[in-house]
Amino acid sequence: MSSEQNQESIRCLVAKAGLDGHDRGAHVIARAFRDAGFEVIYSGLHKAPEEIVQAAVQEDVNVLGISILSGAHSTLVPKILNGLEEYGAAADTLVLVGGVIPEEDREELEAQGVANIFGPGTAVEETIEFVRENAPER
Amino acid sequence: MSNEDLLEALLAGEHRALARVISKIEDRSPGHRELVSKLYAHSGEADVIGITGSPGAGKSTLVDKLAETYHERGQTVGIIAIDPSSPFSGGAVLGDRIRMVSTVGDMDVFVRSMSARGTLGGLSTATADAVKAMDAFGKDKIIVETVGAGQNEIDVVRTANTVAVLVPPSSGDVIQTLKAGILEIADVFVVNKADCPGADRTVQELREMLQLGEDAGLGGGGSNRHSQAVIDAHNDWRSEAKEEIESGWSTPIVETVAMDGTGIEELINALAAHREYLVNSGERADHVRDRYAQEIRTLLREDVHGLLEDELERAGSVHDLADAVRRGQTDPYTITRKLLDPVETCLEGLDSDRLVDDGSGTDFRPK
Repeated sequence: MSSEQNQESIRCLVAKAGLDGHDRGAHVIARAFRDAGFEVIYSGLHKAPEEIVQAAVQEDVNVLGISILSGAHSTLVPKILNGLEEYGAAADTLVLVGGVIPEEDREELEAQGVANIFGPGTAVEETIEFVRENAPER
Repeated sequence: MSNEDLLEALLAGEHRALARVISKIEDRSPGHRELVSKLYAHSGEADVIGITGSPGAGKSTLVDKLAETYHERGQTVGIIAIDPSSPFSGGAVLGDRIRMVSTVGDMDVFVRSMSARGTLGGLSTATADAVKAMDAFGKDKIIVETVGAGQNEIDVVRTANTVAVLVPPSSGDVIQTLKAGILEIADVFVVNKADCPGADRTVQELREMLQLGEDAGLGGGGSNRHSQAVIDAHNDWRSEAKEEIESGWSTPIVETVAMDGTGIEELINALAAHREYLVNSGERADHVRDRYAQEIRTLLREDVHGLLEDELERAGSVHDLADAVRRGQTDPYTITRKLLDPVETCLEGLDSDRLVDDGSGTDFRPK
């Protein structure tokens, strides 16, 4: 029956982690995701890893995009990933990192469970495409 | 995870299961109805509070402070924050979480953002179902927060037992408030940002408006036949209770400054007083009955809509039919009549005329 038809939507949490006040990029992504038809939950600035985990679990997002430009990614991202693991949410959350991530740190983040890293200059279309293709089914 | 496991995990108090159940409700995923219908047996205890008001009125900040205060008093809180979705892409930016800062890192306050997906009526069903899930989970207080503009939003906020309407100072004269039909749904008025210029005047104007209403039998939250008729024409929610009971509740006006928590105590007291009033006057039972009546109506409407969509598909796509209209071969009225005739015949054969929602607001209860 049509009323049972699936109205599934891709839900994304766009999160700003740590002491980093630069949210222009997060805003651009939030807007672009919205225009791509996703539901975007924006965390606001200066979020601690546990706050981001709490939001990701409660909102049951398929995609978590973490924006970090402060250089603290190697500390913050693992904390978030561990938190997701704690709630059993790591397996079906696509974790993306955006921002300034040095080349030499990428491999480690990806090994920890980050699906992709989008550095400066990435076209938003590329990110959207990646999300569409890889967002886990719920 | 199967529905049974999910339900079990939810009842056992796993937050992730609650989150997943709400996702299923939002997604209208297969089998979600079965799940929701099982929730009814476990719900009915929670106190549901609706908060509405124009964008920027301070709803999210106020909800945050309410949640914090309830939480400090040892009560668990669920929050459903609803934001509009883009009519163009269907996407949405849900920003209410930004203001919810007082209770971070504490799962006992469960915040869920929702957007309007699908068609009219869908959101209020999804909200009511999500409230049910939080209720069954065992949340003591459930707060539904939404921008109060238009029928859809007002339907949503009516899933609550007690509705607080936020009016920011200098938000135009009170005629602006009347427009949205907001006067009738308020059980409590909150003049937020009470430290801003113009707050006194807003309080004064609201008070006058309420007194005017009471004198003329048009009180806010009371029996408001004229404007109720307007609402009924569209959707006869709560009408029975309104007609039968002369309301003994006089809508209080509470001044708050959500940013620093001023007036939150008073607001909580006003909300509690309203709840007490509902219980003592017996209105709560009517309220619950009317809400279920509305749920039945909405579900039926959705299902019928679904059946008709299917029929439309079978008749060739709606685009082909529209093309036929464009070419001057037929017109929308003829098409609609042709599509509905067999449905009508079928329903006549069913001998259950009183179950047919013809849009005139027929009561579904057996005569």
